[in-house]
Amino acid sequence: MSGVLAVLEQRDAKLHKMSLEALAAAQQFGEELGLPVFVAVLGAEIPELAGYQAEKVHVLEHELLKDYTPDAYSIALRQLVEQHQPKYVIFPHTYQVRDFAPKLATAMGRVLVSDVVGHRVENGALVLVRQLFQGKINADIRFEGDAPYFASIQAGAFRADRLKAGSAAVEKTTPELNASQIRTKPLELFRESARAVDLTAAEVIVSVGRGIKEAENIPVVQKLAEALGAELAASRPICDNGWLPMERQVGSSGQTVSPKMYVAVGISGAIQHLVGMKGSKTIVAINKDPEAPIFEVADYGIVGDLFQVVPAIIEALGK
Amino acid sequence: MKIVVAIKQVPARDSLLKVNSSGTWIEDADLAYEINEPDAYALEAGLQLKEKEGGEVVVLCAGPEGASQTIREALAKGADRAIHIENSGGNAVDPLSLARAMAQALDGEKPDLVLTGLQSDDFGYGQTGVILAEVMGLPHATIIMNIEAAAGKIKVKRELEDGWFQHVEMPLPALLTIQSGATKLRYATLMGIKKAKTKEVKKVAAAGLGSGAAPIRLEKIYMPEKTKRSQIFDGPPKEAAAQLVEKLRFEARVI
Repeated sequence: MSGVLAVLEQRDAKLHKMSLEALAAAQQFGEELGLPVFVAVLGAEIPELAGYQAEKVHVLEHELLKDYTPDAYSIALRQLVEQHQPKYVIFPHTYQVRDFAPKLATAMGRVLVSDVVGHRVENGALVLVRQLFQGKINADIRFEGDAPYFASIQAGAFRADRLKAGSAAVEKTTPELNASQIRTKPLELFRESARAVDLTAAEVIVSVGRGIKEAENIPVVQKLAEALGAELAASRPICDNGWLPMERQVGSSGQTVSPKMYVAVGISGAIQHLVGMKGSKTIVAINKDPEAPIFEVADYGIVGDLFQVVPAIIEALGK
Repeated sequence: MKIVVAIKQVPARDSLLKVNSSGTWIEDADLAYEINEPDAYALEAGLQLKEKEGGEVVVLCAGPEGASQTIREALAKGADRAIHIENSGGNAVDPLSLARAMAQALDGEKPDLVLTGLQSDDFGYGQTGVILAEVMGLPHATIIMNIEAAAGKIKVKRELEDGWFQHVEMPLPALLTIQSGATKLRYATLMGIKKAKTKEVKKVAAAGLGSGAAPIRLEKIYMPEKTKRSQIFDGPPKEAAAQLVEKLRFEARVI
């Protein structure tokens, strides 16, 4: 094959929203490297995939691929990769990929370059950019030794609306798997709380992070939310501490929002939070650390102590 | 139950980071360090399991001499002993080489359960635990919020995206990567700190770690370029607030 293989994720025969971004990345890598693009999907056929520019869509079907397990997924994919020998294998950086792709790479003596945000091609080789220190620093990573080279793509790093349409042949294969190879037993999927708060419907969101320091200080941002007619939301640590209910969490494990205005108060902007809000139209950040990654996505920012800045904003709004 | 908890020392969360002049790593001489936050939750999960099931908690840490402080803190919180892989390879170590060194250091330990944080706050590869599971030939599950053990098996609660969870069962021995925030972290007691001084820390040399051939190479690091042109107001709070509100009213027109 010697191409770029995009391994996409589905559940209940629906593509994960990051899958098409990973395919967009694979198409772009393929074009810049002069390599054909292949697609693989496990457990169910996704008819729409045949409508994108690619050589072939491999559908891996097996009774043991219906419910995800890291053992079945990595065994099945290893067979595909060994048979077709792609040079690059590209995944969306989802929770599921984080669960099995490092295992697959290890089994083949490789290391997955995880959570890629950018790339360049140098002398026919892909150099990948990923973030260190919770997004504060970037690193350029190169592959060494022989292919295949594995990488996973961060949410929002490549745009699904730039996907090239085309027509790809669909090839169904049944990998060799048997039940004795599967060591973990997946049980039911569940949600803990009914979502009483639908943050996705809010036009303005005021969101609070670690910078608030104590539960007793939550009213400081609550007042700002009231002044702006906004829903109150939070980053993960605030909900973990029980200072606000889980249903108000924005980020990869919470809700993904894109309001007209998102005001991030005392939120440094870890990747997991940014993926949940960076589609917002106007982003305002208030943080004491001028290097906080939240300022990279902000349209407007105030560097300062939130306990002084927030009351000052409320006062200015009243004028 | 014998539980190994792999922990890592990382720069303190609010450190102001600077890239060194050669662009190979951060200037780390004057930084304060602390336990990687998800690893603190892995340790807590290990200590709670030991309290319920009995057994032993062994801390495994790869890092330079300075990581001893973080190891002592883990012992003070209740871990029974520690293995310190002396690793001065630093930023040049890829996660596969590191996991192999960790597996080697655990040779003969035969743990029932290995716990790690789900990712590190410095490299953030989010995969050392999964790689270690594969190297050790163990089943695994990632991003775990809760562990119930019964008769050679465990049932875990795995976090998925968008507020979903899943229960997964697996036999022991196994490896789990632990999510932050699922429980409250304990503090070390005065007695714990005293006891920690006498607990065993086995030092294991990791000669050559970071010097051999690796499948990936960190070429250089740098501060990210801002992709969006942000307008930053950094004057006195009242002035900055007034500027912001004016922009929101008349430029962005969102209020």
